[in-house]
Amino acid sequence: MQILDMAEIELREMNATLHAQAEKTNQTAWEIVNPRGAHAIACGLDAPIEVTVKGSTGYYCAGMNKQATINIKGSAGPGVAENMMSGTVVIDGDASQYAGATGHGGLLVIKGNASSRCGISMKGIDIVVHGSIGHMSAFMAQSGNMVVCGDAGEALGDSLYEARLFVRGSVKSLGADCAEKEMRPEHLEILSDLLERAGADAKPEEFKRYGSARELYTFKIDNAY
Amino acid sequence: MTDTTNGAPRTTPIQSATFSNPINAEIRRAAATGIYDIRGGGAKRKLPHFDDLLFLGASISRYPLEGYREKCDTSVTLGTRFAKNPIKLDIPITIAGMSFGALSGPAKEALGRGATLAGTSTTTGDGGMTSEERGHSNKLVYQYLPSRYGMNPDDLRRADAIEIVVGQGAKPGGGGMLLGQKISDRVAEMRNLPKGIDQRSACRHPDWTGPDDLEIKILELREITGWKVPIYIKVGGARPYFDTTLAVKAGADVVVLDGMQGGTAATQDVFIEHVGQPILACIREAVRALQDLGMHREVQLVVSGGIRTGADVAKAMALGADAVAIGTAALIALGDNDPKWESEYNALGTTAGAYDDWHEGRDPAGITTQDPELMQRFDPIEGGRRLNNYLRVMTLEAQTIARACGKSHLHNLEPEDLCAVTMEAAAMAKIPLAGTDWYPGKPNTSY
Repeated sequence: MQILDMAEIELREMNATLHAQAEKTNQTAWEIVNPRGAHAIACGLDAPIEVTVKGSTGYYCAGMNKQATINIKGSAGPGVAENMMSGTVVIDGDASQYAGATGHGGLLVIKGNASSRCGISMKGIDIVVHGSIGHMSAFMAQSGNMVVCGDAGEALGDSLYEARLFVRGSVKSLGADCAEKEMRPEHLEILSDLLERAGADAKPEEFKRYGSARELYTFKIDNAY
Repeated sequence: MTDTTNGAPRTTPIQSATFSNPINAEIRRAAATGIYDIRGGGAKRKLPHFDDLLFLGASISRYPLEGYREKCDTSVTLGTRFAKNPIKLDIPITIAGMSFGALSGPAKEALGRGATLAGTSTTTGDGGMTSEERGHSNKLVYQYLPSRYGMNPDDLRRADAIEIVVGQGAKPGGGGMLLGQKISDRVAEMRNLPKGIDQRSACRHPDWTGPDDLEIKILELREITGWKVPIYIKVGGARPYFDTTLAVKAGADVVVLDGMQGGTAATQDVFIEHVGQPILACIREAVRALQDLGMHREVQLVVSGGIRTGADVAKAMALGADAVAIGTAALIALGDNDPKWESEYNALGTTAGAYDDWHEGRDPAGITTQDPELMQRFDPIEGGRRLNNYLRVMTLEAQTIARACGKSHLHNLEPEDLCAVTMEAAAMAKIPLAGTDWYPGKPNTSY
């Protein structure tokens, strides 16, 4: 286990050390201690390493992650795992706004609750929230899957494209062009897999699925002539 | 004209200036279709512009440089504030961001080729970075946009600079638009969207909401790229003093300021013509912000929006810009709106010089299209050569003016080299009206 103590080294040195880990590094297990809410911790990683952050983080922890597995033993500030490409990010506590924003791939697991705009503009990432999510989540979400074991706030999936949203609890309101959809066997299969990988204690049959009504996909023109 | 029944003189029919023929035609079009007019390009209305400024030239008190012999440097370095690797350009005329999707792949390649030949940079757009663009651009600026289409850390690290787009002159406060005709398989794949939909990009970034957040976002981007490349912030011409101040506060290396004449691939006509300020009104305010912060020349200022000639370049730099960017002019140099396609423009219900339905993807010149047959009309090598020629002419023109003003570098041009020929231009650019030492709003003057 390699330990990076942010009480002793600067953010730049910490990230540069992690960036220096190549594809075949032997140093695969890292621990970051004393994060003290710093921003941009472990962002831009691109190696199959495991990083455990012992505490809470500020903005953009694990931003643009590729390959790495990052476990935050605390809560995460805004934009955790934003634009993630691959790998896994697990947050033991809660996540602030924009968790998983614009993510292209990988798995983001939030064991607590997520604030507003969770999964905004997601582009292929899978997000599993054990608790509830705030308003305007999955706004303009393009693809990927979002699983919410608790409740969803106002305007879920506003201006949604092709992302799939699964909510077990209540939905305060749906956003523009978001609609409840039929849960088919392939969706239950996706749900089952994600719940298992995220360690969530819930049954796929308890969820409802939401998706795009596809009414905003083209401008409506009145061809009166 | 007389009345046919009694021979009395009749009144002459008078068209309303308020309800003019173009206005009435637009009312009828709106009534027929139920949708606002969408088009490309920038503001077409007449605005105070660089044409309303003149250089004074040399005189007894100013000593000119020999036009063809004495050195007049044109180089510029962008991103000297924080980046390990600032961008060094031979000329201060860069190519503005234009997306793959709005433009064809060969057109993007031509921009890279031309810019590289001329020793300057080109810029990606809302569609991500294409391999042909990266491959043919010696210096490539990677735009970081609200949509984040195609955004990934590999391309981020392959870029020579990152431009965080907060807004653009054609539509400050508006997002992009790419209609279904241009969402081809490749465009759809790069943007992760269903093919053929009318795509509307987000107007604000998904994961930050103000200048304090932006400062942290810049920290993240610098950490991901190892503090190597410059970070630009691009803003539309809305509130240039405050936007520049906040961009500097957030940590920008370069501020890119785009006036309302700056083009767009597609947006609502009402947005293009009625939101934002002309670039002439923006430059001095941005420079004042930089000076108030002690950052003029430390944070470089790139201006765009209606730059067409070397005279425009020289005037922008005399007002305090470090460099300029061109978009629409570059497309015209490539062959956009060329009269040789007049019959085809006519068939589309328009004429060369006025064609702006770029969103429809039927560009006869093969530039603003994803149609394979139309794209074949455009040769990227020839396009690159034409762009390089045009950039060289603009540079020579700017040097001609600078030498006439006695300047050994374009950066030495200054407001004192200029006069204004209209009151509006004098007020906006804070340049004395010709024949006076006064401009409207000049401090310590009574009117």
